[in-house]
Amino acid sequence: MPRLGADRRHEVRFTLNGRPVEGEAEPRMLLTDFLRHVLGRTGTHVGCEHGVCGACTVQIDGAPARACLTLAVQVEGAEIRTVEGLAPAPDRLSVLQESFRAHHGLQCGFCTPGILMSLDELLSRRPDASEDDIRHQLSGHLCRCTGYAPIMKAALDAARRLRGEGETAADA
Amino acid sequence: MELAGQTWVGQSVPRVEDAALLTGRGRFIDDLATRPGTLEAAILRSPHGHAEIRAIDVEKARAARGVVAVLTGRDVQALTSSMVVGVKAPLECWPIATDRVRYVGEPVAIVVATNRYLAEDAMDLIEVEYGALPAVIDPLAALEADAPVIHPSLGRNLASDRSFRYGEPEAAFAAAPHRVEIAVRYPRNSCTPIECYGVVAEYDPGEDSYDVLANFQGPFSIHAVISRALKVPGNRLRLRTPPDSGGSFGVKQGVFPYIVLMAVAARVAGAPVKWIEDRLENLAGAVSATNRATRLAAAVERDGRITALDWDQVEDCGAHLRAPEPATLYRMHGNMTGAYAVRNVLIRNRVVLTNKTPTGLNRGFGGPQVYFALERLVQRIALELGLDPLDVIRANLVPTAAFPYKTATGAILDSGDYLGSMEAALLEGGHAELLRRRDAARAEGRLYGIGYTAVVEPSVSNMGYITAVLQPAERKKAGPKNGAQATATVAVDPVGSVTVHVASVPQGQGHRTVLGQVVADVLGLRPSDIRVATDMDTVKDAWSIASGNYASRFAPAVAGAAHLAATRLRDRIARVAAGQLNVRPEDIVFRGGRIGSASNPENAVPFTRVAAATHWAPGTLPEGLEHAIRETVFWTPPELAAPTEADEVNSSLCHGFIFDYCGVEVDRVTGEVRIDRYVTMHDCGRILHPGMVAGQVTGGFAHALGAALYEEYSYGADGSFQSGTFADYLVPTVMEVPEPILLHRETRSPVTPLGAKGVGEGNCMSTPVCIANAVADAMGLADVTLPLVPAVLASHLHPAETAPKGRPAATAPALSGARQLFGEGTAEVAAPAQTVWDMLLDPQTLQTVIPGAHGVEKVSDTHFKADVTLGVGPVKGRYRAEIHLADLVPPRSVTLSGETSGALGFGSGRGFITLTETEGRTILGYRYEAAIGGKVASVGGRLLDGAARFVIGQFFASLARHAGGQAGESRPGVFARVRRLFGGAP
Amino acid sequence: MKPPPFDYLRADTLDEALDALAAAGPDARVLAGGQSLLPMLNMRLVRPTILVDVMRIGALRTVEARGGALEVGAAVRQVELERRADLDQTQPLLAAALRWVGHAQTRNRGTVCGSIAHADPSAELPLALVALGGEIRLRSRRKRRVVAAETFFAGSMATERRDDEMIESVTFPLRKPGTGYAFREIGRRHGDFAIVACAALVDATSARLAIGGVADRPVARALPLPGPDLDEALDGFAWSLEARDDIHATARYRRDLVRRLGRQVIEEAARCRG
Ligand SMILES: Cc1cc2nc3c(=O)[nH]c(=O)nc-3n(C[C@@H](O)[C@H](O)[C@H](O)COP(=O)(O)OP(=O)(O)OC[C@H]3O[C@@H](n4cnc5c(N)ncnc54)[C@H](O)[C@@H]3O)c2cc1C
Ligand code: FES
Ligand code: FES
Repeated sequence: MPRLGADRRHEVRFTLNGRPVEGEAEPRMLLTDFLRHVLGRTGTHVGCEHGVCGACTVQIDGAPARACLTLAVQVEGAEIRTVEGLAPAPDRLSVLQESFRAHHGLQCGFCTPGILMSLDELLSRRPDASEDDIRHQLSGHLCRCTGYAPIMKAALDAARRLRGEGETAADA
Repeated sequence: MELAGQTWVGQSVPRVEDAALLTGRGRFIDDLATRPGTLEAAILRSPHGHAEIRAIDVEKARAARGVVAVLTGRDVQALTSSMVVGVKAPLECWPIATDRVRYVGEPVAIVVATNRYLAEDAMDLIEVEYGALPAVIDPLAALEADAPVIHPSLGRNLASDRSFRYGEPEAAFAAAPHRVEIAVRYPRNSCTPIECYGVVAEYDPGEDSYDVLANFQGPFSIHAVISRALKVPGNRLRLRTPPDSGGSFGVKQGVFPYIVLMAVAARVAGAPVKWIEDRLENLAGAVSATNRATRLAAAVERDGRITALDWDQVEDCGAHLRAPEPATLYRMHGNMTGAYAVRNVLIRNRVVLTNKTPTGLNRGFGGPQVYFALERLVQRIALELGLDPLDVIRANLVPTAAFPYKTATGAILDSGDYLGSMEAALLEGGHAELLRRRDAARAEGRLYGIGYTAVVEPSVSNMGYITAVLQPAERKKAGPKNGAQATATVAVDPVGSVTVHVASVPQGQGHRTVLGQVVADVLGLRPSDIRVATDMDTVKDAWSIASGNYASRFAPAVAGAAHLAATRLRDRIARVAAGQLNVRPEDIVFRGGRIGSASNPENAVPFTRVAAATHWAPGTLPEGLEHAIRETVFWTPPELAAPTEADEVNSSLCHGFIFDYCGVEVDRVTGEVRIDRYVTMHDCGRILHPGMVAGQVTGGFAHALGAALYEEYSYGADGSFQSGTFADYLVPTVMEVPEPILLHRETRSPVTPLGAKGVGEGNCMSTPVCIANAVADAMGLADVTLPLVPAVLASHLHPAETAPKGRPAATAPALSGARQLFGEGTAEVAAPAQTVWDMLLDPQTLQTVIPGAHGVEKVSDTHFKADVTLGVGPVKGRYRAEIHLADLVPPRSVTLSGETSGALGFGSGRGFITLTETEGRTILGYRYEAAIGGKVASVGGRLLDGAARFVIGQFFASLARHAGGQAGESRPGVFARVRRLFGGAP
Repeated sequence: MKPPPFDYLRADTLDEALDALAAAGPDARVLAGGQSLLPMLNMRLVRPTILVDVMRIGALRTVEARGGALEVGAAVRQVELERRADLDQTQPLLAAALRWVGHAQTRNRGTVCGSIAHADPSAELPLALVALGGEIRLRSRRKRRVVAAETFFAGSMATERRDDEMIESVTFPLRKPGTGYAFREIGRRHGDFAIVACAALVDATSARLAIGGVADRPVARALPLPGPDLDEALDGFAWSLEARDDIHATARYRRDLVRRLGRQVIEEAARCRG
C-alpha cells in the first residue's frame, strides 16, 4: 500500500494510446496537467476543471471520464486513450474524425477532443446507438461554437458509416 | 479533381484547419512550448463587490516554496499608467486594484512561482484586510443621488450622458394617434468560450521592450492602449497570437488588462511569465456583455406605422470603463431604427458604473440589447392596436426600392430585400402550419405562442462610431476617427507556391480555408495550393487598428482585402507571363494551375514557373515591373466616414437582414419553455462557404438560446457574485438546443469586394427577443424578462399559495436578490433564563458553544473576537470572527451580530435571541439573518442555505447542551438529535 | 484551480483504508470516484491531509442481491449499476434515478456510495435510498454499524458518518410485488442537480413520497393515496420542507413543484403497481 507524500514527486506509469508511458507527479497533480505538461500530449484540453465542460474527457480503461477530475496517481497501471490515439495513421482520420470534418462538427476545435473520446466509446460499445443515445452521451459536453446541430449530424453519420450503411455525405 | 474553370468560393470545401484539430495537434496558447525558466502566475482576486483595501500582507507568500515574486496593485502602478478611458471624465482604469476593489473577481495581487500549483499555494497565504463598502448592482439605482459612489474621482456613477435628436421627433409624437411605450431590461451574460484567457509575457530590460503572446482577438487599436499603459512606444510591445484559439465571440478582446499585468510581472520577476486563466477566474472576472435598462416609446399611426422613436438607454459597463467601452452602446448607433424606415428619433444614452465585472466585446455587441427593446415594442404595438404583428413589421420595413437607404441616425443600409426575404421565410419555413399548430395546441388548453423578429445585422465596424460618445466639439479637438482598415498579404516563394497572411486572428471560424478558396479562384489554383497564416505578430506583420476578429468583419472586409491583394499579384504575374508567352497581359488567364493565353489554350506554362520568376531572374521582368513577389493590401471602405456635426454615424459598412419566427410551448406545471420550431432567414450577401455560414448561424443561435432561457451573471445586492461555476452559469447543452430551420436569400453588398456581409452575430440579436415574444404570446404577458426562468414563468401560472398558520408570508420571487439567508427556531434548555443569559455573555462558554471556536477573546462586555473553523461537510475553513452584543434586556432578549472573514469567504449576520422561562426550563427563541459572500457564495451558493442553517443550528445546539441539555457522546449523533429538538425533521 | 497538497494512499485492503482513517481523523478523506471531491479540491474548498483511495479494494467491488435488498459496495461505480441488465425490474426507482445522476462521463467514475457519503441535498441516489428505506453500512477500525437512510442524512453535505468511518456498502430494498414506483426530476438543464426531485412508492394501502432538492437533505413522508386528501397533505409536506430561494428557483416554485409533481409521481406510481 504505497502512501505517496504530498510534497514529493512520484513515478506514475500507465498505458497511453497503447504505449507504456511514465512520468513524475505530486499526488495532487491532475491527469490533465500530467498528460499535457508532463507527457506533452496537449490534445486533451482544459475548459473548466470542475467536470462540467467535458473538454478534458479521455477514456480511462475504456470509459470516457473527466481527466480534470482525476489525479494522475489514480490511473497508475490503467489504460488511457486520448484524442491523439484516434487516427489509424498520422495522415489518415478515423471514420468519426472524418465525419466531423465532412459535417463541420467543429469550429475552434477546443471542445472537440473530449467530444470525440465520448462518441468513440459510445459508437464502439453500441454500434446501434440511437439519436437519443448520442444526445445523452453528448450532454456532458459544452460546445460554444457549433450550436451542436453539426455535431449531431457528424455523429449520426459516423454511426451509420461504422455500421456499414453508406458513405459520408458533406452538407454541401 | 476538376480544376479548369472551377470556382471555389461558394462551396463547402473541407476545412484545412480540421485535420490538426481532430487529432490533438492544435496549437492553442497553453499547448505551445515556453522558454526554459518560464514562471507561472496566479491572481488573487477580490471576494467583495465593493470594499476598501486596508492592508495587504504578502510576506508569507513571498517566502513560500517556489515563489519568485508577489506583486500588488502598487507594484503594478509603479511601472505603468492608467489604461485610457473612452469618455471625457475624471476616471482612471487600472488592471489591478490598489486601495479599493470594485467587483468580485478584481485582481488584488499576483503570485509568480515555478508552477501554478505552487503559485496557488502561496496565494492562499496572502492576507488582505478589507473594509466592506455598500455596493450598487442595479444600473438605475446607481444613478440615484444617494447611491454608493464607485469612483470617488468621478463623484457619481454616471460616466457619460448624451442626447441625440434626428428629424422632428417631438412633432411626430404630437401628431401620432398612438404612443406605445415599454421599459425593459437586458440581463448580463457572456459568451464564455471554452478556452479561457492565456498570456505569456517577457521583458527585455536592455531594449525596454515587452514580448507578449496572448490569445487576444483584436481590435488591435487595443495594442495602443496596452503600450501606453506599459509606458513604451508601440514598437516596444511585440504582441503575438497563437495559431489556434479556442473560441472568443468577442470575449478574448478582454484579455488585454492581463497582458499589462503579466508584462509587469515578467519584468519584476526577471523571467518570462505565463498565466492561463481558470474557469472560476473567467466567470467572475472576464469581460461580459453589458446589461441595459431601456425605455422606448414609439409614435404610431393607426396602421401600425412607426413615425418616431424615443430611446432612453442606461448602459451598465460594470466597475471600470475599459476600452473600447462604451462601444457596446454606440455600435448600433446608426441602426437604432432596426430594419424599419423611421425618420424621427430621439436618443438619450447614459453610461453608468456598477459593482460588476467590466464589460467588453461579446457576440452581438449592442445588438441584443437594442433589439430586445425594439422588437418587444413592435409586438406591443400590434397588441395595443389590435394588429397582426406581421402587419406591423410589414408596414415599417425599409422598402426594397429604397436601398441604399440612409437611416435617420446615419447608417447606410447597403442593400437588401427585407419584405421579399420576410415573405419567403414565412412561406418556406411553414408559417401557415405553425399557426395551425398553435391553434390546435391552444384548443387543447396548452400554452403555445409565436414570436417574430426582423433585424438588421451590421458588420464591419467603423472605428469612428465610438467617438459619437463625445460632443461634436470634443470630437473635433480629438481629431477624426473613422474607417475599418483590413489588411492582407499574398506572396509567392521561389518555387512559386503561394502564401497568404491576414491580420484576422480567427477563433475557430475557418478563415484559413475561406482565404484559400478566395485566392485559389483568383490565381486559378486549388485551395490546397495556398498556405494561409492567420496568427499575428505586430512586429512583422501588416496590421492596423481595425485588425482582428470582431464585428463580423472577416468575409466582407478581410476576405475582400485578400481578394484584392491576390488580384494585384495576379496582374503583376500576368505581365511576367505575357512576356514569356508573347501575348498581351489582357489575354492572360489563370486556370488549372497554369497561366496561358485566352485565345490559344495550348500556349500556357505552369503557374509556379512564372510566379517564381522574380526570385530567380529579376532581370527578365518586363520594363517597369519591379517584382511579382508579394502584395500587401490595406483596404478601408470610403463609406465609413467619421460622425458628422449632426451626430449622424455610418456605424457599420454592411448590413445583413434576418427574419426569425418561432413557436414555443410553456409547460403549465413546470413553467419550462420548449421550442417547437425555430425558423431563421438570413440575407448575408454573397455566401463564401455555406457550411461555415450555417455553422455561424447554428452557433449564434445556441448562444442566443442560452441568453433567452438559461444564462445570467447574477449578483447579490451586496455585490456578491453568484454564478461562479459552470454549474451555476448555465451554458446550454445538446439537450437544450434544438436545430433551427435555416433559410437564405442573397443580396450582394455593393460596398464589399466580394459582395459578402457579416453573419456571425445576427442570431444573438434576433433570437433572444424572438423567443421572448413567443413566450409573451403564449402566456399573454406584457412584460417578460430574460432569461425566461421557469420559476418566474410558473409564478404567473400557479395561483398564489396560502402559507399555513404561524408561518411568515411567502417572500416575493427574488431570483437575483442577495445571497441572504433567513431562519428561525427554538430550543429548550434545562436551565433557568438567568443561567442561559450568563452563558451568552461569558467568553468561556462562547468558546465552547461557538462551533469550531479556537480562542474567544473578550474585548469588552459586549464585544468578542474569535478564531473559528466553520464547515459544511468537508468544506471547512478558518475564519476570524467579531461578535457584538446589543439591545441587552437581561435576562430576556439580546441581539447578537457577527462578522467573519476567511479564505473561503466572509459573512455577516444578526441573531435576535429571546429567553422565556417556564418551570425552570428556558425556551430559547432565535431568528437570524445573514449574508454570505466570497468564494463559497460564488461556487457553492446552492448548498449554502443548508450549510448556514446547519452551523447556526450547531451553535444553539451546543448552547442548549452546555446549559444542561444532554451531553452528547460525539458530534454527529448530537447534531441529529438537536435537529429533531429544533423541529428540523418531521 | 489546482488542488492543495495532500498525501495519497492507494489502499489495497479495507484494513489499510480504515487504519489510515483512524490515524488521520477529520483530516482524511476517502477518495472514491472523485466526481464530487475533485471539484472541491480544485476549488480548494477542502484541504485534507490525506486521500485514501478505496477503489482498488477488491472486497468493496461487489453488488449483491440478498435478503430482499441490493447491496452495493463502496468501490462500485454508478455505471456498473446502471448497466445491470435486470435493474429496471428489480428496482425500477433506482434505475430511473440513476439516469439523472450527472452525465455518462461522471457516472463512469462516480460511485454509488460516494454519492451517499457526499450527501448533496439535491442528489438522486440519496433520495432513492431514503425513498426506499435503505440502509448504510458504516465501518471503522473498531466497529461496524448500520444506519437507516432516513436518519443518516443530517443536512447539506452532513451525515451521521464519523470521521474514522467509511461507508462499506449501501443497501437498496428490491422491488416488492404490488408496489409501484415512479421518479421525476426538474432541473434547469439535463444533468444538473435537481431543483426538485420526487420519488414515489405506492402500494395497495399507502403512498410514500420522497423529495430532494428542497430541504437540506432528502425527506420522505407517508401520504394518502390519490384522492381528496392528497392535495392538502402535499401542501403540508411542501411547507414543511422549508424551501429556500437560490439563483435557479424560488422557494415558492419548489413548493409548487412538490405539490404538482408530487401528485403526478404518486399517480404514476399507482399506475405502475402490478
Ligand atoms: C458535472 C457533474 C455533474 C453532476 N451531476 C450530478 C447530479 O445531477 N446528481 C448527483 O447526484 N450527482 C451529480 N454529480 C456528482 C456525482 O457525479 C458524484 O459521483 C457523487 O456525488 C460522488 O461520488 P464519487 O464516487 O465520485 O465520490 P467522491 O467524489 O470520491 O467523494 C465524495 C465525498 O464522499 C466521500 N466518500 C466517498 N466514498 C466514501 C465512502 N465509501 N465512505 C465514506 N466517505 C466516502 C469522500 O470523502 C468525499 O467527501 C455530478 C458531478 C459532476 C462533476
Ligand atoms: S476541464 Fe474537465 S470537464 Fe471541463
Ligand atoms: S468547436 Fe469551439 S467550443 Fe466546440
